[in-house]
Amino acid sequence: MSNRLATEIAGLRLANPTMLAAGILGLTGSSLRRVVEAGAGAVVTKSVGLKPREGYPNPTVVQVECGLLNAMGLPNPGIHYFSEEIREAKEGGIPIIVSVYGFSPEEFAEVAGIAAEAGADALELNVSCPHVEKTGTEIGQNPQLVAEVVETVKKRADKPVFVKLTPHVTDITEVAKAAVEAGADAITAINTVRAMAINIETTWPILANKIGGLSGPAIKPIALRCVYEIFQEVDVPVIGCGGITTWRDAVEFMLAGASAVQIGTAIALKGLGVFQSITRGIDAYLRRRDFRSVTEIVGLSHRH
Amino acid sequence: MLAYPTAINRLRIVKIQEVKRESPTVRTFTFHDKLCGKAKPGQFVMVWIPGVDEVPMSLSTIRSNRLSSITVANVGEATKTLHQRKPGDALGIRGPYGNGFTLTSGKVMIVGGGTGLAPLVPLAEKLVGFSTKISFLLGAKTKNELLFLDRIETTLSKTEARVIAATEDGSYGWQGVVTDPAEQILAKERFDMIYACGPEQMTHKMFLTAERYNMPLQASLERLMHCAMGLCGSCVIGKFRVCRDGPVFSTEQLREVKSEFGRFKRGFDGRKTGL
Repeated sequence: MSNRLATEIAGLRLANPTMLAAGILGLTGSSLRRVVEAGAGAVVTKSVGLKPREGYPNPTVVQVECGLLNAMGLPNPGIHYFSEEIREAKEGGIPIIVSVYGFSPEEFAEVAGIAAEAGADALELNVSCPHVEKTGTEIGQNPQLVAEVVETVKKRADKPVFVKLTPHVTDITEVAKAAVEAGADAITAINTVRAMAINIETTWPILANKIGGLSGPAIKPIALRCVYEIFQEVDVPVIGCGGITTWRDAVEFMLAGASAVQIGTAIALKGLGVFQSITRGIDAYLRRRDFRSVTEIVGLSHRH
Repeated sequence: MLAYPTAINRLRIVKIQEVKRESPTVRTFTFHDKLCGKAKPGQFVMVWIPGVDEVPMSLSTIRSNRLSSITVANVGEATKTLHQRKPGDALGIRGPYGNGFTLTSGKVMIVGGGTGLAPLVPLAEKLVGFSTKISFLLGAKTKNELLFLDRIETTLSKTEARVIAATEDGSYGWQGVVTDPAEQILAKERFDMIYACGPEQMTHKMFLTAERYNMPLQASLERLMHCAMGLCGSCVIGKFRVCRDGPVFSTEQLREVKSEFGRFKRGFDGRKTGL
């Protein structure tokens, strides 16, 4: 692949602007390595907390129109155990971003600190999970609380901090600004959208947790608008996430202001080859239009 | 953009047509479903029992435009509830998912233990008329837990085949585990393919034996499963996702996960646990 695609986010060098989104396949070092081999520019792990967590019973994933609904319930082995998986993932030779969740700013900081010591190249704070109480969205809807989490993490972990935001706020730029003022090095937008599905023949809500998060093409226009708005208000890189399935989607996000894009649900549809098909497509787009670097198209739509 | 193509195997509700008692602890549930009728042997479905759980199950009958089935051992909360279900009751089904067995012509051996026999019976039905000679070895703890013996014998009566049963307590057929007669045969005869499904100690033993005699093998593996579409990562073994890269793996693939295969699996929280 050409070096037209190389980019940098908060000091992390990416060979291309595609990243594995949090929550997808990132539970073990070997599966992260597999995504590295598939051509991702960086990978984000599953969200990890201080203690092991089993997550919710099945059904945890439901297919709906134009997307997927999930309520996994943050299953993870806890950061102490996960350190070994981080070290294994690191052997892949590309940036490993550890997604972190906690039930208090101190817990976020402790997990982030241990992740950094294990070799995480950056941390992504999950203040936006829509289906676990007392964390995630409950933090991400409160700009002061987000700022407190970011500050506490920055004191403990000497690594770039990304903050992944929820769309469930009146004004997403307020939360983004609070995070950046508190020291966030990049903003990831967006996490899944609270949603549900009911089976009409049995009358049962399908997810065991009843409510989950919607991902996939259904939320792409929402995510795109969030990226566009955040780009105008902050001067750190924005990472786009939400329904990116084709290279066209990726380019659209970059024109809106995303320096990189995260891919998750598209893997169910297209397999792991989606990373290569998207990077090739972006490369051809840049070549056709005589751009020398992918960084030249970031935020380009804002000139109109 | 195209409509979301994975939507073709979305959740649908099927009615149980028939419940067959296979053994004191195992029942087969039949149902009508077009997609399941087109499945490949070795593929699986996610079976939803509303309010209880959703569990992966191999298809134990695959017949185009006719009844499909799953065969369920009563081993946990979900399967206990399933065992109480009667004809007319509803089940949720999504799938079929994963890669099934690849059919091979020539001389083949099929080795199955316990409910691991479920995907091997439709495999044998497809292999009849495709392979020239089939050796079917089936095992169980005791005689009344030996599954599908009649179905296997009827199916294979139409072709050149032998059926060897093994029970651990010697109440029927060979006394011992099914891998014992398999190993004896493999020491003397060559096969173009070995198919295996059952407890991982068994499939792992078959893998090692196949490697020793330098014969190709396909084995179906089991892991905790959530999404079944290769996204969530709960069912990983090494670099592979059992739901999407498997559940049937080739010798070449199994060599790549030697440090995990036959050694450990992962629990709900992703930590390693014993098999």
